[in-house]
Amino acid sequence: MIENLDPVLLSRIQFAFTLSFHIIFPAFTIGLASWLSVLEWRWLKTGDTVYAEIYRMWVKIFAVTFGMGVVSGVVMSFEFGTNWSVFSDRVGNVLGPLLGYEVLAAFFLEASFLGIMLFGWNRVSPRMHFASTVIVALGMLISAFWILAANSWMQTPQGFRVGENGMLYPLGWAQIIFSPSFPYRFVHMVTAAYLTTAFFVGGIGALYLRRGLHARQARVMLGMAMIMAIFVAPMQLWFGDRHGLNTFVHQPAKVAAMEGLWETRRGAPLNLLGWPDQEAEKTKYAIEIPRLSSLILTHDLNGEVRGLKSWPKDERPPALWVFWSFRIMVGLGMLMIFTGLSALVLYLRKRLFDTKWFQFWCMAMTPAGFAAVLAGWFLSEIGRQPYIIQGVMRTADAVSPVSGQAVAISLAAFFLTYSVVFGAGSYYIAKLIGQGPDTKADVYGSHGIKEPPLITNLVSEEGERND
Amino acid sequence: MISLESFVDLPLIWFGLIGTALFLYVLLDGFDLGVGILFPFAPSDQCRDGMMNSVAPFWDGNETWLVLSGGGLFAAFPLAYAILMPALYMPVILMLLGLIFRGVAFEFRFKAVKSRFVWDYAFHFGSIVAAFMQGMILGAFVQGVRVEGRSFAGHPFDWLNAYSFMTGVALLFGYALLGSCWLVMKTGGITQDWARRCSMYVLGYVGLFMVIVSISMPMMNAGVKELWFSLPNVFYLLPVPLVTAGLFIMLWRDLHNGAQTRPFFLSIGIFLMGYLGLAISLWPWLVPFAFTFRQAAAAPESQSFLLVGTLLILPVVLAYTGFCYYLFRGKTSHEGYY
Repeated sequence: MIENLDPVLLSRIQFAFTLSFHIIFPAFTIGLASWLSVLEWRWLKTGDTVYAEIYRMWVKIFAVTFGMGVVSGVVMSFEFGTNWSVFSDRVGNVLGPLLGYEVLAAFFLEASFLGIMLFGWNRVSPRMHFASTVIVALGMLISAFWILAANSWMQTPQGFRVGENGMLYPLGWAQIIFSPSFPYRFVHMVTAAYLTTAFFVGGIGALYLRRGLHARQARVMLGMAMIMAIFVAPMQLWFGDRHGLNTFVHQPAKVAAMEGLWETRRGAPLNLLGWPDQEAEKTKYAIEIPRLSSLILTHDLNGEVRGLKSWPKDERPPALWVFWSFRIMVGLGMLMIFTGLSALVLYLRKRLFDTKWFQFWCMAMTPAGFAAVLAGWFLSEIGRQPYIIQGVMRTADAVSPVSGQAVAISLAAFFLTYSVVFGAGSYYIAKLIGQGPDTKADVYGSHGIKEPPLITNLVSEEGERND
Repeated sequence: MISLESFVDLPLIWFGLIGTALFLYVLLDGFDLGVGILFPFAPSDQCRDGMMNSVAPFWDGNETWLVLSGGGLFAAFPLAYAILMPALYMPVILMLLGLIFRGVAFEFRFKAVKSRFVWDYAFHFGSIVAAFMQGMILGAFVQGVRVEGRSFAGHPFDWLNAYSFMTGVALLFGYALLGSCWLVMKTGGITQDWARRCSMYVLGYVGLFMVIVSISMPMMNAGVKELWFSLPNVFYLLPVPLVTAGLFIMLWRDLHNGAQTRPFFLSIGIFLMGYLGLAISLWPWLVPFAFTFRQAAAAPESQSFLLVGTLLILPVVLAYTGFCYYLFRGKTSHEGYY
């Protein structure tokens, strides 16, 4: 059995595992950086120290999360080569520069304004510090821009030619970067990151309120989170719908798998729930709503929707995964919208901050964003199978000439390492949350650094001898 | 489609850029890793706090040079990336896992109370694994990679042999030298005295390993031998070993007469000469001895496109990195202050 380990499947699992772990951190830090900018802006504008206190609590969590994002990101920059070397070789001309720009953006951030943001409180002028926070937030968005451009190109490739040796060559960078699915994916993902952060922060705020701790700060946290839930969660539904329609045009097989539709037909029903069976070529135990699928996808009750059977068996994505990822993502999105509506009603009744069931509800929703983001990426990536680049290159043809055993061992090692390391990381984040906002914090950022000399006062410390 | 091909020698520029990024990584993360390698041998817990604090503001910036080297290799020389990574699959993965433990140890150590010792060990063993694997990667690299067509065609354990084991140990000592010289510069008191003794101790080993590598490289490969020992090359290249020897002597004397800052820069010089020696030996191979950097280069339009961004961003990053080191110059203390 040990000889028959399939390097393709194992490489896919390893890449999915390491990437799923990695995406959690950026998904959180993208939103967090933007939220910290807003907090600091509110602080500078109003002079209300509550914003500064919240800022200083969350910037520590930001630092730990960012650190874990960096170490898990280093892995990604090598895994394209270690596990997908044929892919790297053939598409390097096209995707290499995009990922290169992502690295540069992340690098630029890492090496520059992050230091001021983490260590520079009271060391640079408030304006300079605010500017640093905003630049870090923008940098995160730029980083997301490039990585999503690369992924979108793999979903909806264009602007390239295939050379006689199977190598891909770029024809136009604008076409490559702004591939058809890119604008939708970018907006959808950034919004998802914002919602992820909002529900996490809101959940913590609710936890504090529930326990009667840090009442002022907790109200700001929950209140700001609910603003996002009220306004942004419904927008996300619309963005997601637009993204889905785009997918219907460019990747119809993915949509067929999402819907669990096997037969091509007019007036296709919507399978609310069910169990797609790849072998039997049908969706078992389906609860159908007549014609709704056609209505959503074609805006016509009798519109035609292609079923999975219209593709050869080896061109179909695994429907079960895609089908359920989609339902988990959409279900969580609906719960977010429900949270927003409840918050709106409670706010109008002036009961937002003291309704017990709602506090429990928000606490339960704390990880909702992470789960939805992961489900969304599973949908997007598994739905593209069996291709690594839609219609151009199959995943099975992309894998490195490494043995199944080697990948099995590395996968086990990654699994162990990530469990230990990120388990510990979560524990320390929980500890920081337990400490809550500190009104007289003396430890900055994540390195236990007290009052580092950022601009001035270096002379007095020089010559000070250790021990 | 923009292409700077007709104006500049793109593959050469990228080869230089990635070579420089990799060298900066080796130097900068080298002293971090060196501090990690020496960590448990320090005389006291207070010393260890001081050591950790001396690298805390820098390590993540240092590590990004590795990301840039890896990402840059993918972007500019995808063929080399696609051959070398599978060939070095296990050491690369082990190095990454070592770096993960090393990196998060910084973040967690200061937050842990009872479990602090766990992260001390994570820091130490993470550093050792990462450094040793980098040395093995170097050893496997200089011995050449078996290639068929456009992909790696060797055995999964090609990288594992006595020679790469030797280079692994060599790099452990090399990084320990950088780390201890860094500590001589950045600490005082008993930490500094101890670091100075460490430097003297490892210096001999570093010299020994450099001699072994210098002798073995021409012996293993006729091309390398031809390059170094044919006339008139031998006269052009003679300064490399001579300068290296001079640096060793200067460092030895500095360590004995209590110099503080110069040993670190001399150890950098030794690394630079070693890197230069390897670069000369392997020129122009990027996948030794199968593809040169020109053969492995990405399409000119791809290299051009990324070059624009790199030339805009890299100077800013370099300037800021320098500024950071300037800001956190001087001695560190064991207390939380840096």
